[in-house]
Amino acid sequence: MINLAIDLAFILEKLVLIAVIIVISLLVALYTTFGERKVAGYIQDRYGPNRAGPGGIFQPFADGIKLFMKEDVIPSSSNRFLFILGPGIAMTMAMLTSAVIPWGNEITIAGRTISLQIADINIGILYVFGVVSMGVYGIMIGGWASNNKFSLLAALRGASQMISYELAMGLSIIALLMLTGSLSLKTIVDQQSTGWWNFFYQPLGFLIFLICAFAECNRTPFDLPEAESELNQGYHQEYSSMKLGFYLFAEYVNMFISSALMSTLYFGGYDIPFVNDASMGQSIGTNWLAVLQAVSLFAKVGFFLFFFMWVRWTIPRFRYDQLMKLGWKGLIPLALFNMVITGLIVLIKENGWPF
Amino acid sequence: MSITQILFWFLTVMAIGSALMVITSRNPVYSVLFLIATFFAISGHYILLNAQFLAIVNLIVYAGAIMVLFLFVIMLMNLNTETEPQKNKWLKFAGTIAGGCLLLVMVAALRDADTKTTTALMKEGDIGLVQNLGKTLFKEYVVPFEISSVLFLSAMVGAVVLGKKD
Repeated sequence: MINLAIDLAFILEKLVLIAVIIVISLLVALYTTFGERKVAGYIQDRYGPNRAGPGGIFQPFADGIKLFMKEDVIPSSSNRFLFILGPGIAMTMAMLTSAVIPWGNEITIAGRTISLQIADINIGILYVFGVVSMGVYGIMIGGWASNNKFSLLAALRGASQMISYELAMGLSIIALLMLTGSLSLKTIVDQQSTGWWNFFYQPLGFLIFLICAFAECNRTPFDLPEAESELNQGYHQEYSSMKLGFYLFAEYVNMFISSALMSTLYFGGYDIPFVNDASMGQSIGTNWLAVLQAVSLFAKVGFFLFFFMWVRWTIPRFRYDQLMKLGWKGLIPLALFNMVITGLIVLIKENGWPF
Repeated sequence: MSITQILFWFLTVMAIGSALMVITSRNPVYSVLFLIATFFAISGHYILLNAQFLAIVNLIVYAGAIMVLFLFVIMLMNLNTETEPQKNKWLKFAGTIAGGCLLLVMVAALRDADTKTTTALMKEGDIGLVQNLGKTLFKEYVVPFEISSVLFLSAMVGAVVLGKKD
């Protein structure tokens, strides 16, 4: 007889955590679309959506119902299987990164300590890079399977843009890793909650990371894969109904996740600013502390989401050669310079001034 | 059956199945996608062996970078089954013989392999963790490591030279 030796409580706990985080990510992404339209309205001196519900608060649900109700057209000349697979991959890869982000410290329910992080693996940052590099496939497969030259061109643009900016992103992270000495996101947050935030040690690295995050999310000023005036509509031109919705939505989930990542790496993650978290936990209990920490993280994420929108409605799009020039001739040398300087400072700090 | 064994069998079936699909599927884009699935399965095996760094680097480098370039080339060449030329009958024959020879060599090599004493360490061993791997690479094997980086540099220079020639 085969005995199945599986810790059921553990699996149940993780499943609940995964479900909660996915639902929260989707809800935040849903309301980011609404927020984007409101911010756009504010910046362009108009109202934005204000018909569905008080202040237009139900607008995202109306949009969602509209997308679901539309006719789902699959072009007859497309590759049917890959055409459906494309948006699925885009969405899955957008969600996967949330597994390693620590959303808060531990909570205790019925004597069981639960960490508010799905997986605290000691290669956390490398995992993030692995998932980011997979994100290209959603765009490429979708663009190719549409069997449309504009879609294919946009897909190639998107893929080469993402690959180019991944390099600078990786180099900017290496400088950060030299300081923290750990690849685990939880350890990085813990270090920041006792000391200064990493932003103060790595301002240049953060700037590079921010620019690369914009490029990886295909956001303005780097939204060349969906440049309407040049490519009709971009890599999702042939898509309709909820498959188009998945592509558009994956962009917002990506924005949310990269905002959470920027807060975690450079702005203390769930650390509450100006407060000693450990002594606060003793006075109000660890569960309430975890809740407050999650609120603190989400406030930081909210700021970065606003920043994404702010930039989108302020700065025009780059030309393609400018994009490549910035990536390869601007950001990569700058990131290398940052890395060398950081390495030098760490070396002097560890061994003392040698001269 | 522990959860490790279940994962092992799942990953094994996935690796072999998708590796077979790489060579049997007619559409070259499908072949590339199945190759990516194979890399995922192999990375899963690395994680079971507690070689986390190797697993994730395998994904970043092979599945994330090299396979994207493969996909680029295949998508732009637009290989359809109709336009693909029929392969020579003799070429297929030679391929079968070469493959059979390889199988023979593999069987001969594996026959003598000692399987009883060298079992793989599942979930144990910490040499594959980033910290230990880095220490080993930069202390004991620092010269080969640096020499291989020179190799990469020369490859990069070569690519630039080829790209410059108009």
